[in-house]
Amino acid sequence: MTKSTGILIVSHVKEIAEGLVQLLDQIAGDITIKTAGGTDDGEIGTSFDLISDTLESFEEDSVLCFYDLGSAKMNLEMAIETTDKEVELMRTALIEGAYTAASLLQADVQPKELNRQLEKLIIKE
Amino acid sequence: MSTTEKWISWISQFTDQIIEHKADLNQLDSAIGDGDHGSNMDRGVKAVKEKIDQGDYEELTDLFKDIGMSLVSKVGGASGPLYGSAFISMAKASKETDDPSLLLEAGLDGITKRGKADPGEKTMVDVWHPVVDSLKKGTLAQSDIDEALESTKDMKATKGRASYLGDRSIGHIDPGAQSSAYLFSTLLEAGVLDD
Repeated sequence: MTKSTGILIVSHVKEIAEGLVQLLDQIAGDITIKTAGGTDDGEIGTSFDLISDTLESFEEDSVLCFYDLGSAKMNLEMAIETTDKEVELMRTALIEGAYTAASLLQADVQPKELNRQLEKLIIKE
Repeated sequence: MSTTEKWISWISQFTDQIIEHKADLNQLDSAIGDGDHGSNMDRGVKAVKEKIDQGDYEELTDLFKDIGMSLVSKVGGASGPLYGSAFISMAKASKETDDPSLLLEAGLDGITKRGKADPGEKTMVDVWHPVVDSLKKGTLAQSDIDEALESTKDMKATKGRASYLGDRSIGHIDPGAQSSAYLFSTLLEAGVLDD
């Protein structure tokens, strides 16, 4: 943990989440990036338990969460309601949003500026 | 039969219906979604059954909480957090009341808070909403459930996975509405509403 904010990627498919982390690691070597992809038994879907446990496993107190479709958001919201961490649900396009956030966190950009830059990538309600 | 037993009997009958209709639910979902609603619900209700078979429930709150958390943990699709939120809201409401209409109204609140769907968007809410209305009037009959379910057929989906299809979602019954119809049919059959 060399930065104070981590990133969580939630996708219906484990490999999508893990693939995105490979991309982010190229530009954000000092950021903790974790994934909660697929269901508990490796099927396509999302898991409240997996999301919740992964969120709790961050050493960072602050986590930005990026997600793909419907149930990912709802399970994330439930996990956020049950954690003490400061968690932000990011409504941006998954790849573009996470990539931009990772680059900015690596460059020590402050949260306010980060959110301003991510605004144009918001595509979810 | 005690109140708790009636609700357990309801959930058990709902479980049987879901297992029996797993393929039908998958088929409805294949038409306008990702085809896994039956499999997801099947996994969820089996987890619920396993959980409540181990329990000895004197309080509705504990029963609903266990049902809700099992569904949240095991369903995997959007129905997990939606049905789960319904039962978790019912658990909270059951601390104050054991009136089925108030409990299910709390369940509907849980669903709309989580899924943000309004009536007319071709979702499970289109069954829950009219059913809760009828329950509050004390007039719920199977025909109300059938009518609510059928009404989803001509709706255009504007929430959930089916909304990506736009007009192409018209002409199909919503799978979440169908599983909700099983939920309320079995509510009538299990005698939860009888005095």
